[in-house]
Amino acid sequence: MLISVKKLKKDFKETELTTEVLKGLDFEIKKGEFVSIMGPSGSGKSTLMHILGFLDKLSDGKYFFEDRDVSNLSDSELAKMRNQKVGFVFQSFNLLNRMTVLENVMLPLIYSKGLESSREQRAKEILDQMGLSHRLNYLPNSISGGEKQRVAIARALVNNPEVIFADEPTGNLDSKSGFQVMKILQDLNEKGNTIILVTHERITAEYASRIINIKDGQIIDDSPVVIRQVAAKNQELIK
Amino acid sequence: MYFRDSIIAALQMIARNKTQSFLTMLGIVIGIMSVIIVMSLGASAQEFILGQIKNYGSNMIAILPGKPDDSGAPASAFGIVATSLKNKDAESIINANNPHIDGVSMYVRGSDIITWEENSVSTTFYGTTASYPEIENSIIEKGKFFSKDEELSNATVVVLGGKIANELFGEDNPLGQKIKIRKSNFTIVGVLKTKGGNFIQNQDEEIFVPIKTAQNVLLGINYLDFMRMRIDKTENIDKVKDDVVEILRTNHSIDSPEDDDFTVRSVAQALEAISSITDILKFFLVAVSAISLIVGGFGIMNIMLAIVQERVKEIGLRKALGATSNDIVWQFLVEAVTITFISGIIGIVLGVSISFLAAQIITALGYTWPFIISYDGIALGCLVSICIGLVFGIVPALRASKLDPIEALRYE
Repeated sequence: MLISVKKLKKDFKETELTTEVLKGLDFEIKKGEFVSIMGPSGSGKSTLMHILGFLDKLSDGKYFFEDRDVSNLSDSELAKMRNQKVGFVFQSFNLLNRMTVLENVMLPLIYSKGLESSREQRAKEILDQMGLSHRLNYLPNSISGGEKQRVAIARALVNNPEVIFADEPTGNLDSKSGFQVMKILQDLNEKGNTIILVTHERITAEYASRIINIKDGQIIDDSPVVIRQVAAKNQELIK
Repeated sequence: MYFRDSIIAALQMIARNKTQSFLTMLGIVIGIMSVIIVMSLGASAQEFILGQIKNYGSNMIAILPGKPDDSGAPASAFGIVATSLKNKDAESIINANNPHIDGVSMYVRGSDIITWEENSVSTTFYGTTASYPEIENSIIEKGKFFSKDEELSNATVVVLGGKIANELFGEDNPLGQKIKIRKSNFTIVGVLKTKGGNFIQNQDEEIFVPIKTAQNVLLGINYLDFMRMRIDKTENIDKVKDDVVEILRTNHSIDSPEDDDFTVRSVAQALEAISSITDILKFFLVAVSAISLIVGGFGIMNIMLAIVQERVKEIGLRKALGATSNDIVWQFLVEAVTITFISGIIGIVLGVSISFLAAQIITALGYTWPFIISYDGIALGCLVSICIGLVFGIVPALRASKLDPIEALRYE
């Protein structure tokens, strides 16, 4: 099992007030799955993604990643997990504007202490796969939103992670670019990558093969997407 | 994170915020520049002063009347009259025929306004021995220096310093002319070639009469103000000093060194004393200019804190991509050090250039001013600029490293 959480809880304490954001979640995600975590704003879906992506620590319960208990890892161990096991795609791309496309994609490799020549080669390979070979030396400000998100996906993929976390990846894109990005994620999943998508839109969530629906910090539904073609139909409508 | 990546990030930051970076760096640039200038000019000034003394003769021994004081010159050096040194002492030293002593000269001095026709000039007159030119490396331009016979016979003859001769006589020939010193007529027998002054003495502005004439006719004294002797080799100075001390103790019937009523000093000793004074002065000036470095350091801290604030989202992203807190500390420290180091290099280049210019200007004004690049200063400048980056960069770097990646990513 790639991911397994048992009675996962997360509280936020502010002075004397404690807010329970995640209230004892149990689920598992297998390697190669494409899972959407869906829910309205404030449901706790982003907090869950942060915990699963090693950006945050859980308050109670257990989190197993590749059958290893990662509930209580130190900050530096979490950093290592973030670098080598997961890749993030954010809604607002989070590219460093003063760095070129190529340098942005190379960034995670800097922290995995690889040789510079191999770093560049690997980043170029991934950018080529994303169809961005012609944009290597462009600054993020000079490329389109869709291209920026493809750069972000390339950056997420560059270290061959086990899971890609995509947090509202189409939120800042027009529908055409949004479709392209979702298609890329779908293709990656078909090639064996595990994708965990966080969204509040059902239309986007249905690109996945399974949707975990969260409301008020609890899972209210966890079921496979039966008719996966819905997404394709939606796309045709957009066209 | 690799060193090179951090340096590139720092250089990109400087290039992106040119004005801000320039103003930030200015404090350090000025600080390092002033330290370099002070060290370079200080070393040059020291060399200049010591050079002047060496020109005066480093293989010289001076004998002054009065009890020696380990912590400084004897009282007579400050104009307090001591009468313990007599002509007989000099004669005893000469008669001892010490093979290492090339010559001995005696001195008394006074001052007066001397006149010729309508011209008058205030001067110091020295009573000295015929050996003066040999001891003091003086060259006769016109006529001759007074002879041994004239020295011994109370002759009223005088030799003028080059500048005095020029002021009194201009184009006229002074030889054979008579001038009045303290109401007595003296015949000019020679003029010394000008050789420029130093801060101890300026022979060009002085006049010289036989020692006994000065003692008997002009001053009415029977003691010496000081004696000087030239030693054949510098390494023999200590030995000669011991011999001279022995002769003087015998002459003055002194058994214990505590009772010495004379002081024997070598120029080498004076050099040491002056070196230590100028060293302290240099250190003080460097310390003063280093204050501006501290001010510059706070400027760096200020800008680095602003940079951290500006790049909160970047820090969050870097953490999300696998940067540890140490990586972030390292990155911001390297950035701070890169800024201060570049500032240091600019400061060094400016400091050396200004010191060079100053040396050129002072040389053009007619002084033999050496241009000395203080390599210690350059090394110190580099080291200090790196340390400032480390010391004043650590607070912003730690602040950056403590940012919560989620909060940082949410930051707009």
